Amino acid sequence: MAVQTVATPSRPAPWRDPKIRAIAVQVVFVAVLAAFVAFLVHNTIVNLRRQNIATGFGFLDREAAFGIGESLIPYSPADTYARAFLVGLVNTLYVSALGIVLATLLGTVMGLARLSSNWLVAKLAAIYVETFRNIPLALQLLFWWALLRGSAPPPREAWELLPGVFISNRGITFPVPFAETAYFWMAIAFAAGLVITVAVRRWAKRRQERTGQQFPTGWAGLGLALGLPAIVFLGYGLPLRLDVPALRGFNFAGGTAMSPEFGALLIGLVVYTGTFIAEIVRAGILAVSWGQSEAAMALGLRSGQRMRLVVLPQALRVIIPPMTSEYLSLTKNSSLAVIIGYPDLVSIANTTLNQTGQAVEGIAMIMAVYLAISLLISLFMNLYNRAVALVER
Amino acid sequence: MADIDIAEEIPLPAQQRPPVVTSGVIGWLRANLFNSVFNTILTILAVYLLVLTVPPLIRWAFIDAVWDAPNGQACRGEGACWAFIGEKWRFIFFGRFPYDAQWRPLFVVVIIIGLVLASCDRRLWGRRLILLWPAGLVVVGVLMSGGVFGLRYVPSEYWSGLPLTLILAVVGMLFAFPFAILLALGRRSNLPAVRVVSVAYIELVRGVPLITVLFMASVMLPLFLPEGVTIDKLLRAQVAFILFAAAYLAEVVRGGLQAIPKGQIEAADALGLGYWRRTRLIVLPQALAMVIPPLVNNFIGAFKNTSLVLIIGLFDLLNTANTALTDSNWQGFASETYVFVAAIYFCFCFFMSRYSQRLERTLNRGHRR
Repeated sequence: MAVQTVATPSRPAPWRDPKIRAIAVQVVFVAVLAAFVAFLVHNTIVNLRRQNIATGFGFLDREAAFGIGESLIPYSPADTYARAFLVGLVNTLYVSALGIVLATLLGTVMGLARLSSNWLVAKLAAIYVETFRNIPLALQLLFWWALLRGSAPPPREAWELLPGVFISNRGITFPVPFAETAYFWMAIAFAAGLVITVAVRRWAKRRQERTGQQFPTGWAGLGLALGLPAIVFLGYGLPLRLDVPALRGFNFAGGTAMSPEFGALLIGLVVYTGTFIAEIVRAGILAVSWGQSEAAMALGLRSGQRMRLVVLPQALRVIIPPMTSEYLSLTKNSSLAVIIGYPDLVSIANTTLNQTGQAVEGIAMIMAVYLAISLLISLFMNLYNRAVALVER
Repeated sequence: MADIDIAEEIPLPAQQRPPVVTSGVIGWLRANLFNSVFNTILTILAVYLLVLTVPPLIRWAFIDAVWDAPNGQACRGEGACWAFIGEKWRFIFFGRFPYDAQWRPLFVVVIIIGLVLASCDRRLWGRRLILLWPAGLVVVGVLMSGGVFGLRYVPSEYWSGLPLTLILAVVGMLFAFPFAILLALGRRSNLPAVRVVSVAYIELVRGVPLITVLFMASVMLPLFLPEGVTIDKLLRAQVAFILFAAAYLAEVVRGGLQAIPKGQIEAADALGLGYWRRTRLIVLPQALAMVIPPLVNNFIGAFKNTSLVLIIGLFDLLNTANTALTDSNWQGFASETYVFVAAIYFCFCFFMSRYSQRLERTLNRGHRR
């Protein structure tokens, strides 16, 4: 009787075993990396001690003793460095948020314009995109700043762009309405209009599922959201008094002014990022095949419905991810404010680390803040992306 | 079978309107500018905008412009002062490089542009081109710094203008590329420690602005080094660029790695290739070929980003222009200077973006079959 022997694979030698090798490689990798980091940290500590620089975040409680040109929150040179950082952070967030909204509007309009059947409009949009995309943002900021600050006339000869909107070397001055109690109630009415619209939308959807009848939710919602505040506005007797800027002495009084630095930064960020958003929007809409539109027409959808129910949901799926990275890069690019002297986070941190010598801490703080902002924006956009993403089995 | 008389079914209009002109200038205008009410309004608005902006611009740039003037006072007027550019163009291009030796940076610019153009030609792609680059860069280094072959030694703080911008961009990308490949491979690695470190590095660098990396290089890099070792400012900025660009390039390379079908890797394993041979012979050649167009786009971004070095006090093209503006004999010609420099940047970036688009089309054609 022949004994059948099953050849069991012999265990390889330890230095040929993939598992052991993997562990060994990782141990060596981590050890080398740790040694390198320890070397850097050691050098840093030695160097800092030699230069007599204290480490730690204690400097944040000291008096900053430098002025900040513009701030959304109260600040004086007697405040602490921590407060100064907060001012910078608020300025960064303010210009980024405004920039994101305006760049999205400009980019969407330009992206659609490039697809327009109107030859002139399409060419103008193409010229805008190709020009401003291919010039470094730093150069554009300097250009707008020079234009607003150097080439713009003094307040006495300010250009009046629109009635009440003046451009001078003190910045852009424009009228704002005086605060009235009516505006508070108008905001409440607007919110109420939105809530009712959501309810109407739900009801309309259920009715359509039951009976097939459609209800013009869009128009009703628009009427509610604009109509209710309008009624409140009428009820208060049209309380619209504008605080119009007027020349008094050598400068404008009244209205609200945008400093040349802020104006240049905002224009630069919006114009530069707008070109990238225009390309994203164009690519997104081109990505939806024409057959989809034809199928929607065959189903009898009108052009608005076709756009809203068929084309846009598919285009958004292509548009959202690259749009996220544009928003992120706009926020990071707002740090170029340091070139033209707008007091954003980086420029204030720069002043701080020049004054205190706390380079490591200052840079660590900026990096931490930008990382946090980046992660937050990615988080929100990923949530939105999940909402519009294709639901697969 | 009933005959249907078509003529009876469809009544002809008593008087037909003449057909719409579809050819010639009028036909083109009708089809492209006035094909609907909305488009007509848009056209009128666009024409109005052009009438409002273009004539003043032309008047500023050409008709009222001053082309020749001895100093800033004689140049002041309604139009642009191109005499300022005529006076300063050499400083804007070559900055503080010794005046009589400025033929050297000129050659550097020619060599780098030549190398980039050669790399754009697909017929030349190959081993010889890869050897040409280091050779070219050695020549660039010798020409810039001198000290041999009877050339005067020029320390790196005098390197400025367009050559500096080109060196920062080209050297930055060349050195970032191998690092980026390692990072991308690390991110796709099976070894958790390697993967975590790669992901952390890539996400950290992509999450912060380039300015902070430059600051870190200029302020913190000297602290990192052991006592007595100094590193010059240009090299610090160059290191910052390499570290920054590598993280972005790594994501591009990862895109290519992810697009490789799993069968390719399994086939390589079946042939008995180890990790490195598999990567070098099978995976990377396919992955890198796929990502050439985004690589070119990345290069454009890196080129534009070099303009940020003015923040840490290097004299790149933008900073030499800025410095030219501080001449007390010529005050207040910022717009002219920035338009001139913008035109230079535009030429480079526009050429590269067109090239990338063309490349994308030709490379796609092969894949589509």
